[in-house]
Amino acid sequence: MKRMKKALSSLTLLALAAILVSCGGNGITGNRKAQSISGAGATFPLPFYNVVFELFSDLNGDAVAYGGIGSGSGVRNLRDQVVDFAGSDAFLSDKEMQEMDDVIHIPTCMGAVVLAYNLDGVENLRLTGTVIADIFAGKITQWDDPQLVALNPSVVLPSEPIIPVFRSDGSGTTYVFTDYLTKVSSNWAAQYGAGKSVNFPTGQAAKGNPGVAAIVSQTKNTIGYIGSEFAFAQKIPYATIANARGEFIEPSPTSISAAASGDIPSDTRVSITNSDAKGAYPISTFTWIIIYKEQNYAKRSKEQVLALLDLLKFMLSEDAQSHATEVHYAPLPARAIELSKENLRTVTYNSVPILPTVGGLYER
Amino acid sequence: MSDKLYRVLLIVAAIIVPLVCGGILYALATDAYEAFNHFGFFEFLTSTDWNYTEGEEHYGALPFITGTLMTSLLALIFCIPFSLPVALFVGEYFKDTKVAAILSTVTDLLAGIPSIIFGLWGFYTLRPLVMALNISPQGSGVLTASLVLAIMIVPYAASLSAEFIKMVPNDLKEGAYSLGATRAEVIRRVVFPVAGSGIFSSYVLAIGRALGETMTVTMLIGNTNNIPQSITATGNSMASIIANQFGEAGDLRLSSLIAIGLILFLITAIINMIGKLMIKRARII
Repeated sequence: MKRMKKALSSLTLLALAAILVSCGGNGITGNRKAQSISGAGATFPLPFYNVVFELFSDLNGDAVAYGGIGSGSGVRNLRDQVVDFAGSDAFLSDKEMQEMDDVIHIPTCMGAVVLAYNLDGVENLRLTGTVIADIFAGKITQWDDPQLVALNPSVVLPSEPIIPVFRSDGSGTTYVFTDYLTKVSSNWAAQYGAGKSVNFPTGQAAKGNPGVAAIVSQTKNTIGYIGSEFAFAQKIPYATIANARGEFIEPSPTSISAAASGDIPSDTRVSITNSDAKGAYPISTFTWIIIYKEQNYAKRSKEQVLALLDLLKFMLSEDAQSHATEVHYAPLPARAIELSKENLRTVTYNSVPILPTVGGLYER
Repeated sequence: MSDKLYRVLLIVAAIIVPLVCGGILYALATDAYEAFNHFGFFEFLTSTDWNYTEGEEHYGALPFITGTLMTSLLALIFCIPFSLPVALFVGEYFKDTKVAAILSTVTDLLAGIPSIIFGLWGFYTLRPLVMALNISPQGSGVLTASLVLAIMIVPYAASLSAEFIKMVPNDLKEGAYSLGATRAEVIRRVVFPVAGSGIFSSYVLAIGRALGETMTVTMLIGNTNNIPQSITATGNSMASIIANQFGEAGDLRLSSLIAIGLILFLITAIINMIGKLMIKRARII
């Protein structure tokens, strides 16, 4: 009897909590029912999304579920119309855009790819784009190669073979890294190109940022590329890299944001690697959320769509962006936010725009 | 009435498993069709290319088949010196004693450890050791993966072979002793010949386990898509290429990965079938 009473009272509590959750909050939008939004895709922004989605849930009552299953799978899920949004580190190519219904890209934050290394007694390794390309193409094979020595006159580089470490799984990180190498080295562009998986000719591979980081930190004379958010959090030594202006830049939220200070096209589909902006870290990138322009698909309710747009508006807000550096990302530059807000206005439900086409985005 | 119902239920339950198995095979085959059709079955099996550059896509399974067979066979060789003594200890020398029971329980415990744990141990303990002994500069490779795989399959090989060793009739052994044979001679001349095909089959089943092992191999083999040039070189296995690349693959690459899955399925099935046949022969003796 007693036990039953206890069970009953906890049930009541649960019900109460559920009611509270469903009517509470909606801080941004007033009185629509709490929805659950689902997304899937890139693992790179996952720590940032975890923080922001939780904030959004606290504020708004909507639950957001995001599966870090890789950019490619995320986009495939969106194409199969089983999620509300896809997260991707690479924007869709024109060809991919043609194969799907109209979509829009909303950048959510910025990150970079850093080159982590493990060299005894070397604290500040300086590299240029062409040297990195030659290392990963297997053309520079020794740490005391004249090109490396010339770049690093103040340190003693060991006479040991270089072991490049790359990603064994398809990854947006690989895409950003090889996109950069393709821009700075014609040889790389001709032989390997840019992609989420690339045929690296030499070295060894590991799964995920943690895999590459673990191999690099454990194995002497290795060099590997890692997402900046992971490297910053783990405090792995990483190289300073020359940008398009010839400045040697250390990756940091400031230098990453600087890479986006140039021109951004209106659909925000832009690669900002090898940016020629002042103080820009050259292997920087946006990460995007991709949604359909026409939101009435797979029998989704209008309230569901409103919740999704609330989420995206929130992610572009100062509140959300201010959390980016906490979890080792760089916030979006003002121009990208401005463009994205305009793009959100083009989202429709049954061909009718949902957000006001002029004026403030947060009024209804 | 209830007898009839019981029968129907049994038949339904018995049919479900082969149906699921057949369904898996069918799904693999239909999804792999694109790859086989595009490259040709034989070409897919023998090509060493794994090129995902757009426009030059070409996929072949040979490096992964080689990687899988190399790691599994090496693991089998490395596991014999561990599993055979355990089997003899449990099944012959200390048969039915407390210490044998403890040893066989501990060995069986190994089988219950999740493979990721073996992977972590291999990565953080064995791999640095391989580097420290100057066996290979990067530590990862076929050898490291095989060593850990060997430990993982010890319980499968050991407990089954112990059963077969226990089954050797006492009359035969006593006959040999009465002729003045030593214990070592009894083992060599009586136990091994009688239990031989049973022991062999237990190793075949153990290799079946090694073939499909994914996580441990992925963590230790180095994941390079080429045929390993030596046993210390890096490579990739069929299971680990699927685990690595499934997430981002689409179209032709996805189909090629599924084709590799189908080949792995068939290889494992054939090896298990051989093992089962050997057990049957062993029982007859």
